[in-house]
Amino acid sequence: MLEAATMFDKIWAAHVVETRPDGASLLHIDRHLVHDGSSNAFRMLKGRDLKVRRPDRTFATADHYVSTLGRDLAAINEPSRRAMVEDLEAHTRQMGVTLFGLRDQRQGIVHVVGPEQGLSQPGMIIVCGDSHTATHGALGALAFGIGASEVAHVLATQALWQRKAKNMRVTVDGVLAPGVHAKDVILAIIAKIGAGGGTGHVIEYAGSTIRALSIEGRLTLCNMSIEAGARAGMVAPDDATYHYLHGRPYAPKGADWDKALARWRTLPSDQEALFDREAQLDAGEITPMVTWGTSPAAAAPITGVVPEPAAAADASDRDAMQQALAYMGLRPGQPLSEIAINRVFIGSCTNSRIEDLRAAAKVAAGRRSVVPAMVVPGSGLVKAQAEAEGLDLIFRRAGFEWRQPGCSMCVGMNGDLVAPGDRCASTSNRNFVGRQGKGARTHLLSPTMAVAAAVTGKLTDVRQLMGA
Amino acid sequence: MEPFKPLDAVAAPLPLVNVDTDQIIPARFLWRKRAEGWGHLLFHDLRFDDAGSPRPQFVLNRPEFAGARILLADRNFGCGSSRETAVWALYDYGIRCVLAPSFGDIFFNNCFQNGLLPLQLPAPTLEAMLSALQAAPGSRMGVDLEQQCVSGPDGEPHAFEIDPFRKQCLLAGNDEVAATLGLERKLEAFERAYEAKVSWL
Repeated sequence: MLEAATMFDKIWAAHVVETRPDGASLLHIDRHLVHDGSSNAFRMLKGRDLKVRRPDRTFATADHYVSTLGRDLAAINEPSRRAMVEDLEAHTRQMGVTLFGLRDQRQGIVHVVGPEQGLSQPGMIIVCGDSHTATHGALGALAFGIGASEVAHVLATQALWQRKAKNMRVTVDGVLAPGVHAKDVILAIIAKIGAGGGTGHVIEYAGSTIRALSIEGRLTLCNMSIEAGARAGMVAPDDATYHYLHGRPYAPKGADWDKALARWRTLPSDQEALFDREAQLDAGEITPMVTWGTSPAAAAPITGVVPEPAAAADASDRDAMQQALAYMGLRPGQPLSEIAINRVFIGSCTNSRIEDLRAAAKVAAGRRSVVPAMVVPGSGLVKAQAEAEGLDLIFRRAGFEWRQPGCSMCVGMNGDLVAPGDRCASTSNRNFVGRQGKGARTHLLSPTMAVAAAVTGKLTDVRQLMGA
Repeated sequence: MEPFKPLDAVAAPLPLVNVDTDQIIPARFLWRKRAEGWGHLLFHDLRFDDAGSPRPQFVLNRPEFAGARILLADRNFGCGSSRETAVWALYDYGIRCVLAPSFGDIFFNNCFQNGLLPLQLPAPTLEAMLSALQAAPGSRMGVDLEQQCVSGPDGEPHAFEIDPFRKQCLLAGNDEVAATLGLERKLEAFERAYEAKVSWL
């Protein structure tokens, strides 16, 4: 009898090409996703006169630098940014890599496109030069972000040297209250375990709450694993996963589907498998969350107040809190629901999928945003679906801008920036100093909470707008 | 990649927790090419005010820490975005070793690809070094990778652990690509066997 294994253990073992005496393993990579921030990696490859070893396993889309105002390259009005998208087009063409380009409806944020196309599947190892690659773990894959040199290594060899991380399980049990979404669950998890709470670990999310989440909710959940320090987060595949994948363009078909399914069903962690670390949360205690500081771990229930630095665990934390509050322009004890905001952003690889837009539109319907607000769908296909359902009209009538897909204001690399000193309610994943623009202040929250902030002009408990 | 040479250099303290890679190098600079040089952009918004003038209080702007090649950081240094440009900015500025109680995982790996040594030391050891640096700003520290030894501002030696392979790569200035390409037959054999089982990719 083999030793009980976690899902992470099983996926790892199936991909080891070679193990070095120092314990590092060379892992075969099933899917390599590249984007318009990858041009330095392509240049490293060319500098060594190397080719992409497996163009058939490499898929590209432009997301970080694309304009959300139009699909013409010319819409990217800054030449250095336009060059990043042009470079991606040139590199992928020369190397024979499939590109979902600006004129392709499949274009979008790389972490929305992978699952949507069925490229991301259970049991795979998926890498991408972006720290939010953990997103794809929602489908039962081991997916993690890598740096430019590692991107070049994978392009050249379709493999990567890694040291095996430890196993961590975060279990959430119970039923989420109305108005509480996957975003609130992950913010509550990060607040509990800390910004470095998952460092050196791969997190498996488990429990009845996680099982009850849709695939889109699980994608939101796994997406922010890196904000707890974990390079990868994953959810065991189940019928919801298989239902989601069935019929997608790159999903297995016919006899292959049955073969794949048989393999995927062996992936979930064995009942007796041991985890190096465990954390538990009670879903009933999770409320709509917002962040008040400059780390995603600085999150609290909307019903709460800005915390007191004096209550911090140690001097380092206290200093960090004081600096964060100074940057954010907040004072201890201030109710979070009284913080006025200047701007709202709904989008990013965390919260730009059709389910996010449906939930947000439901709150926006018949209301009016009192601050500048924009919705940036995660892909051309999400955008088309939303338009087919009339969501774009609901948003427009409510005063929201309806933009073209891309990373946009999550990181501002395309020029969609929050002005210095302005305060943005954002469905993205990072509230770091300057993340959405120099001097910009970010409050992370769910899509429905973002709409609630837009229509009231302040951070607001969305449940008050739901008649609950 | 340049081989890692023993360091005897000024060490700069940066006692902030969770310094993310957005702080090390803001996103608006990331379109640049590697060869264009990144050192002048290191910690840009911490280092320079809105007019582009150096903030006199920031550690790297203080004359005592001019020419620093060692950075003493706090826990979870380099968390956040996977941008390798954070390492390029540190390296091009002249930093060759960052000491911290813990690092962001992706940043930690990126360091080894570029000749920068990320050293994880126990928090109490680092606190003692930090106090010594704050008491005598501009003190030098030493890092001998061959001997696996750091000498603190007071000259006291501290041994450290490092993977033998990574140590050799740093000392020789090699990255992993060449070594992996040498395993071509194993890569091919693995792919053949794997694709026999997972035929639908």
